[in-house]
Amino acid sequence: MLKITALHQIHLNLGARMIQFAGWQMPLQYTSIPEEHRSVRESAGLFDLSHMGEIRLQGKGAFHLVQRLVTNDLAHLNPGEVLYTPMCNSQGGIIDDLLVYRTDQEEFLLVVNAANTEKDYAWIEKQSRGEAKVENLTDEFSLIALQGPKAEEILTELTDVSLSQLLYYHFTQAKVKGVNALLSRTGYTGEDGFELYLASQEAPKLWNALLQTGKPYGLKPTGLGARDTLRLEMGYRLHGNDIDETTSPFEAALDWTVKLSKGDFIGREALEKQKKEGISRKLIGFQMETRIAPRKGYALLVKKLKIGEVTSGSFSPTLQKGIGLGYVDLQHTSPGSSISVGIRDKNYPARIVSLPFYEPRVKKTADNLIV
Amino acid sequence: MYPEGLKYAKTHEWLKVEDNEGKVGITYYAQDRLGDITFVELPQVGAELTKGKSFGTVESFKAVSEFYAPVSGKVIQVNKELRDNPELINQDPYGQGWILVVEIASPAEMEELLSPSDYEQWVKQQEEVG
Repeated sequence: MLKITALHQIHLNLGARMIQFAGWQMPLQYTSIPEEHRSVRESAGLFDLSHMGEIRLQGKGAFHLVQRLVTNDLAHLNPGEVLYTPMCNSQGGIIDDLLVYRTDQEEFLLVVNAANTEKDYAWIEKQSRGEAKVENLTDEFSLIALQGPKAEEILTELTDVSLSQLLYYHFTQAKVKGVNALLSRTGYTGEDGFELYLASQEAPKLWNALLQTGKPYGLKPTGLGARDTLRLEMGYRLHGNDIDETTSPFEAALDWTVKLSKGDFIGREALEKQKKEGISRKLIGFQMETRIAPRKGYALLVKKLKIGEVTSGSFSPTLQKGIGLGYVDLQHTSPGSSISVGIRDKNYPARIVSLPFYEPRVKKTADNLIV
Repeated sequence: MYPEGLKYAKTHEWLKVEDNEGKVGITYYAQDRLGDITFVELPQVGAELTKGKSFGTVESFKAVSEFYAPVSGKVIQVNKELRDNPELINQDPYGQGWILVVEIASPAEMEELLSPSDYEQWVKQQEEVG
């Protein structure tokens, strides 16, 4: 049985093309993927992300439990701040990547990938040993994302929160059009923007208010199709494609999310060993010479010898070229080097590039937007 | 959606015949099923097409598909605009989104192609099958 979000009927009324994703029926696109992609880069897009999982941990041992579950360090994470982190198994393989919201000293909200919600919840329950109360709140929450350079102007019309003071990876409790929401300056697009977590029964009201307020700014409802091309241009790894339980954060070039000095955590021993002994493959980004799209599973080659495989790929609406992510043997990771991609029965030229493909425009300081 | 004056293949290409030349494109249904088209790979002028065989590739964000020749013959013109603007196929499948022109080798092959109303029926059947 496919799950539907609280905004399902709205999507149908908007004429969305729906797809099955991680057990949910979700909008793929409303009009066109490149058009929705462009509107997020140039003005703003509105996303229903209610399929994402929300798991709350609270109680006296919550901080230590989350510290043990994830590879990044929460020691300097204050209430009101968000942290991106992998959650690894004891072999150092990535069970999921997630956002940790510190809602209080001993209270955390973990936002996880839809396909992994049940698995993550079971894993966290198993690890908790009664240290904290663990609840899966996915069905109670809706998640609406407002992303793009016009996001702040649009949202300002609907809330008293001083948005210019709310920085990237920070959040606050807010009233938006009279609706209580957890409002965070986060996203998966590389643009400035916000994510709003709210009670599902309020979701239609807030969605409609945002869409109507945003219309003069060029706001468009945006589906998972454009979400995927937007995240790929940022080089964001998608769990299930680019990372999974067989890849480590070091292999995924997520070194900055592993804090071996923070004390004990699950996977630490394996990751320390990897750090010492080195890894044999690493995730890279590459760009095609033409519009042809690399796709998951295609071979990456140097002089006709296979050096790795594509894990994500698409035509990039911004670069107007094919782009992709994939793992290659360690000696072939230098940006600038020429490789080729085996597509159907031919090899097509590409080159390795530094990630991201597209420079982010998120708001990191109060005074100016980092462009 | 399926203009008169064109002949249609069950593989969702259309053919517009003028004397012994046939202009080829894909139908409204085909482009709608593919979604936004991002890349096309086409044969060279001079290539020989065989009815029912693949003559090129079309990519959209979500799918890769092939073009099948509605008739056999030699390619005498290719729509070069599609190299940089493949979305023309979505925007104008029967006009600016044409794909190539073929010199029809055997006019008898055209008898198997469908009329607009028969093609529309065919599409309906396909949709029922899913």
